[in-house]
Amino acid sequence: MTADSSPRRSGGAADFLRQNARASFGLGLLLLFGTVALVGPFFVPAPDALLGLPHQAPSWAHWLGTTGQGQDVLAQTVVGTRLSLLIGLGVGLSTVVWGALVGMTAGYFGDRTDAVLSLITNVFLVIPGLPLAIVLAAYLPAGPLSVALVLVITGWAWNARVLRAQTLALRQRDFVSAAVVSGESSGWIIVREILPNMLTILVAQLIGSTIYAIGAEVGLEFLGLGDLSTVTWGTNLYWASNDSALLTGAWWTYLPSGLCVALVGFALVMLNSGFDQVTNPRLRSEGRWRSALLGRGVFLGQSTPVVSP
Amino acid sequence: MRFLLGRLGFYLLAAWVTLTVNFVLPRLMPGDPAAALFARFQGRLSPQALQSLQTAFGLSHASLASQYWSYLARVAHGDLGISIAYFPASVEEVVASGLLWTLFLAGGSLVVSYLLGSLLGIAVGWWRGGWLDSILPPALAFLGAFPYFWLAMVMLYLGGFVAGWFPLGHAYRDDLTPGFNAAFALDVLRHAELPMASIVLATLGGWLLTMRNSLISVLGSDYIRLAWAKGLSPPRVVFRYAVRNALLPSLASFGMSLGFVLGGSLLTEIVFSYPGQGYLLVQAVRGQDFPLMQGIFLAITLSVLGANFLVDVLTAWLDPRTAHP
Repeated sequence: MTADSSPRRSGGAADFLRQNARASFGLGLLLLFGTVALVGPFFVPAPDALLGLPHQAPSWAHWLGTTGQGQDVLAQTVVGTRLSLLIGLGVGLSTVVWGALVGMTAGYFGDRTDAVLSLITNVFLVIPGLPLAIVLAAYLPAGPLSVALVLVITGWAWNARVLRAQTLALRQRDFVSAAVVSGESSGWIIVREILPNMLTILVAQLIGSTIYAIGAEVGLEFLGLGDLSTVTWGTNLYWASNDSALLTGAWWTYLPSGLCVALVGFALVMLNSGFDQVTNPRLRSEGRWRSALLGRGVFLGQSTPVVSP
Repeated sequence: MRFLLGRLGFYLLAAWVTLTVNFVLPRLMPGDPAAALFARFQGRLSPQALQSLQTAFGLSHASLASQYWSYLARVAHGDLGISIAYFPASVEEVVASGLLWTLFLAGGSLVVSYLLGSLLGIAVGWWRGGWLDSILPPALAFLGAFPYFWLAMVMLYLGGFVAGWFPLGHAYRDDLTPGFNAAFALDVLRHAELPMASIVLATLGGWLLTMRNSLISVLGSDYIRLAWAKGLSPPRVVFRYAVRNALLPSLASFGMSLGFVLGGSLLTEIVFSYPGQGYLLVQAVRGQDFPLMQGIFLAITLSVLGANFLVDVLTAWLDPRTAHP
């Protein structure tokens, strides 16, 4: 029993998008940002070139004005997209993989393995992420890789907890017992029997983790813990605050980067809630009345503080 | 009682892990932060400070085990070493000066956001499917996608610089001396309005949705139907019967979200030059003040652990089922 047995298949991806305004909106916005990240840097001047007077308001020469150093804000925002998204996606992917590894091992083997791994997971969950990330990042050499590593260390635990619970539930199912009885190895069962049944959760977690990663990355870099010679949305905000953009009223230096972070986050939330509507059996099977109610809820990712049960 | 003892044991374990991470980290990291520091502060540090740095970074020649024991003993006595950025003040003095402000800002915003969000969640859950329900959740989700500190920057710019309605930063006016009097308390509140509002705005959506969804599922249960059948008034059914139970799931996530909110409020403090841990943290990062960074990390983590335990006590008291499954 593999992926084919998932509860229902509703057409293809195209069908899904046509029926689901929220998901298509989110995906469209993400594709736009992806395109900017890929080809944008070829169309703008070098982000660190000093092109004009510092703190110039938006004009025809500089559509989004200039920074406190005299660099082009539009160029910085566009070029920053690439590394920001790369770190976000990379960290999101890594936290899900690491969380899955720990969570599924704990959930599948149970007993003492579970006790130890769950304890570690819970300790990581209760230690506040940002202060830990700050201390870690301060000791590592500054750079995108360090930031990514730190965010994976502080971000995997929630994924592990959710996937452990899911594995525990699937472990009780008959098809897993059948595989155990037929003498399959544990690794094979986890990868071939359990994993395919968790794909929807994994995708939801990937989206949630990416939201977390982008937000936390911007926070760390805003503090000055990133590599300040690279251009990301976070370092843009760091420089804006460093050049006292607020005191001089230079709103155009910090507005674009923050807005980009929020738009990407919002697009991911939209994609997630659209995805949830289609794949979450609880939102579909409990009668039209109930699903109509719950379906209106926008399910937030992990960047918000509330962890939905 | 057994439940609470178990939780207490867990938090003690988490605290021990935190302390150990704090000890191991400087000794594990590539490069040599201590050597770099020595080079930078050549001749500027007192012998006493140098020695404190050496023990903090494990440069003493004692074995790791004995270093670890003396470290634990020092922390137990509240000795976190000497700050570099605020030399010659000790780390614990510097951290203590900002801890109350941070707890006030983060705790205050969390409580306001929880109450306001839950109230809105009740309204939205009650009139589900109405116009409020279709506008509020997506709007707040959009606001929640912004980084806290960025929202704070925009609000400071609009409410502080452009409109001039709010003070531009700090926790109180320079010409006031801190004390327990009405004028000072009012001024502190006035300075906290904008930072708190920015955190509340960013976190409101989560509470609203948790409350809304749990209220909807509680409203469908049998004892609510009984309450209706008894002919009770709608406010009584909602607040006395439904909300009391619907509050429990969001209370459970209260403790964990404290960690998130504290992290966010650290960054918000920087925007408002609020004299809490976040502001100290920036000074520490800029000045490469590792002892101070670690002290802040310890203080915040231990506060969060303590708050989580308090929430557990509260939950066990409000919902005996958690303690006796």
